[in-house]
Amino acid sequence: MNLKDLLSPFFVWQRAFEKPYTSIRPTIDRPGAPAYRGFHINIADTCVGCGSCHEICQNHAIDMVAVEEYLGREGDSGLRPRFDYGRCCWCGLCVDICTAASLRMSNEYAWISEDPTVFHFTAGVDDKPWQDNENGYRRAEGYHLYPPKRIEMEMLPANESVSSFEEVVKGYSEEQAKKEADRCVECGICVATCPAHMDVPDYIHSIRDGNYEKGLQLMYRTNPFPATCGRICTRRCESVCPVGILGEPVAIRWLKRLIVDQVDASDYQRILADTITENGKKIAVIGAGPGGMSAAYYLRKKGYAVTVFEAQESAGGMLRYGVPSYRLPDNDLDKDIDYIVSLGVEIKYNTAIGKDIKFEQLLENYDAVFMSTGLSVPSSMRIHGEDHPRVLSGLQVLADVANGRDPGIGKKVAVIGGGNVAMDAARVSRRFDAEVTILYRRRISEMPADEEEIHESQEEGCRIVQQAIPVEIVSADSEQQVAIRWGEAEMVDDPKGGRPRPVLQEDRMHTDTYDSIISAIGQGSNLDYISKEMHEEFAIEWGKFTPGEYQHTTLEKVFVGGDFANSTADAISAIEDGHHAARGIDRYLNPAAYEEK
Amino acid sequence: MKLPFGRTTSSPISTGHSASLDFAQPEPVDLASGKYVKLWQGPQHPGITGNMSLELTLDGDTIIDCKTHVGYLHRGFEKLMERRSFIQNFTVVCRIAVPEPTFNEYLYSHAVEEISGIEIPERATWLRTMNLEMMRLASFLMWIGGQGGAFGQYTVANWTLAYRDYVLDLFEEMTGARIYHMYIVPGGVRAGLPDGFEGRAREIMDGAEKLLDQIERVMFNNTVFKARSKGLAIIPPEMIDPYGIVGPNARACGVKRDLRKDEPYLAYDQLDFDIVTGTDSDAYERAYLRLQETRQCISLIRQCLDRMPMDGAFQADMPNVLHWKVPAGETYVKAECTRGEYGYYMVTDGSELVRRVHVRGPSYTHAIAVMERLAVGNNIADIAGMMVSLHTYPPEIER
Repeated sequence: MNLKDLLSPFFVWQRAFEKPYTSIRPTIDRPGAPAYRGFHINIADTCVGCGSCHEICQNHAIDMVAVEEYLGREGDSGLRPRFDYGRCCWCGLCVDICTAASLRMSNEYAWISEDPTVFHFTAGVDDKPWQDNENGYRRAEGYHLYPPKRIEMEMLPANESVSSFEEVVKGYSEEQAKKEADRCVECGICVATCPAHMDVPDYIHSIRDGNYEKGLQLMYRTNPFPATCGRICTRRCESVCPVGILGEPVAIRWLKRLIVDQVDASDYQRILADTITENGKKIAVIGAGPGGMSAAYYLRKKGYAVTVFEAQESAGGMLRYGVPSYRLPDNDLDKDIDYIVSLGVEIKYNTAIGKDIKFEQLLENYDAVFMSTGLSVPSSMRIHGEDHPRVLSGLQVLADVANGRDPGIGKKVAVIGGGNVAMDAARVSRRFDAEVTILYRRRISEMPADEEEIHESQEEGCRIVQQAIPVEIVSADSEQQVAIRWGEAEMVDDPKGGRPRPVLQEDRMHTDTYDSIISAIGQGSNLDYISKEMHEEFAIEWGKFTPGEYQHTTLEKVFVGGDFANSTADAISAIEDGHHAARGIDRYLNPAAYEEK
Repeated sequence: MKLPFGRTTSSPISTGHSASLDFAQPEPVDLASGKYVKLWQGPQHPGITGNMSLELTLDGDTIIDCKTHVGYLHRGFEKLMERRSFIQNFTVVCRIAVPEPTFNEYLYSHAVEEISGIEIPERATWLRTMNLEMMRLASFLMWIGGQGGAFGQYTVANWTLAYRDYVLDLFEEMTGARIYHMYIVPGGVRAGLPDGFEGRAREIMDGAEKLLDQIERVMFNNTVFKARSKGLAIIPPEMIDPYGIVGPNARACGVKRDLRKDEPYLAYDQLDFDIVTGTDSDAYERAYLRLQETRQCISLIRQCLDRMPMDGAFQADMPNVLHWKVPAGETYVKAECTRGEYGYYMVTDGSELVRRVHVRGPSYTHAIAVMERLAVGNNIADIAGMMVSLHTYPPEIER
């Protein structure tokens, strides 16, 4: 024992005069650190209810509950996370995985109540004092729990694609597809958005498992055109995919394509194992497009004898005659159609209703009729001189090319319109070595065509002139040419809140000469095959049907679907119409099976 | 040197019980004779952070037999992990050692990364290193409090436990939480440093250095502390390997063993420090060695702040964690925690769940086999101090 050790401890007294460490609650409030993981905040308007937070929570502290305000919102499940603070461990994984970055945490951590049952709430919906707290944990920039970027798709370079009809999109390899499939968070918002309600998360899952046969089975449940839709679908699913909110959406369309590409057509019979028990009833389908063939497939599966009447020499409708083969090669379309035909669906080619067979005859001879003849008549530009022989329709050009004929467009072409047909006509013209100008009355950003199509057409050298309104077609010096007078437009806001309207500026007019002008400003239906009286009975307006429940029309035996019976006019909607009509026809012809027991 | 209670530095255990490797069972005692008393000490035990019991057989106030009883904190973490996805597990592992969650986070993440072949960015290795050293500092501060408290020096306990809260403030700022930081995640870390963190961290390090000087004066240069800890619970060198003794407990015996130097991981090969060793191997020596290591921590944290890259990625490219399948594999990863080698053995089978995780904490040997051995022959009043000097945490024994 030495003296130093005896005295040294008395040093503690020096600290008697120091400031105390502790702060006295509740007199002094100590807020959490700026990034503290405290109570949850959800920006309910930004949230899309994907449920990834619920999925990742290891404590099952998050329930997704329906919130009326958000039900029915486009790209929104209508569900919002409800937190149970009896279970939460404040790890913040829910914040990290949030696809919309709507979920975060406040730095508040005190919530006092005598009632132990109150500690759960729907963040952002139930009023809580911390909802507007600016501090608290949020996911750091550059920190991701799933890859935000999509696996890049290999494409034919524009200089090569423009000189051939070879498919532009090369498709994923199996390995690439697995990586892309890995990005899916399996929320199912795509299922709700897809007109056909395809089981997207499930077939993406089958890619991760490498089980393409299961993927094919899943797809055929709702869509007998997977090879086609895997290439040219308008993919509304991708526009709502929550992974796309902060990054790029999952490439659902390309993944669908991969599954079909991995399975050989000769294996379809074995994999899909569609067994048919004939029920002795006959159905007539008018039009072998996606709507008609989809109805035929699902009706055939239910045991109906289906006869499809097609005016053209091949089946596919717009898919074959309206979509160029660099987007949808014929053999891929045939893969879909051949399988449907292999089930015993009879197609009568080159048989136009009204010409070769009367519509009334079908009504008489068949138990039900499904009409899906689409929109096959190009809309008129309604300008003077439109009947000039050098003014062609986009649909005609595309059909000629599909039939292997030279469309005869010349070397300098103007395409009028901003939809997919316009883009297709323009890109096809480029492949016939023409110099292409696209005239569109509004701005590029307002074009109804697929963004990808617009981009690719520009890549391939099409020149887009926006805010250009055609005024008149005039004869040119040469008979082989035609001139168009067009004026620049100014965009004027609609006082009623609609989209801005282009207004012609008469002082800024131009006249250009072209070898041909391709008009592609829309198309209408051709319903000449039904009589005037029936027109009235069907209550057709503007050439379009308004079908009732299960695609039923006002006429007892008749069901309709496809472009002339829906507002979206795309393949996937037609496919769903056909599927839905098949259900309707079965309900109509076999009501006993649907009676509630 | 003559010490109170009849102990000398050269003959540490006064009852004549040798601490050499004698595996013979002790003679059974006749409790009916009335000469002996059985005493249940715990599970609220002053010598430990957590819950654990000692079953002591006493002859007067001298311990002649000691059995340890654990199980009060068993939550089955290893089993829980087999039912959770790889990302969810990182929120579980921190609970395995409450005062030192970060080592678990690091080792779990490292094991997953090793099996799945993920390389973390450089910035993440530095952030992890600093996080681990901050954890070591916080844990040592808590330990000093325990060691002081066990010998009646509650003033020191109050100082360090309070100052530890300042270190926890730093954690709160850096990670978003004070105790269960959940900061080190498979693939890297969850965030970089917040604005102004460096300045505040340096300020707290300066304060900690000052505090440690004060503690040295008050606790270590203290007749009472010296009298009670010198010569107490000596671990002889021949016990080190057979008993699996690691960390400061081994280093206080002169064994130069530190994974940060022996098998450098993270950024430790870029930091300047030496392994601290002692000679006497008693409670005082271990305590003094830990005090020096606490100072070393402060220096390492400062070095990290000086040398770490302040921008760049802190997370590797990750697959979608919602359905993350780690390839089949097996690994054992280890790191030097405050109390020695901490290890994670992991087996995966290529599915979305881990097949088996085994956690090896140093407490397993230190608090059971070593404790049972060292307790015999000592005074009951020294048990708490002796246990703290081994620095153990029951939750990591039971996992």
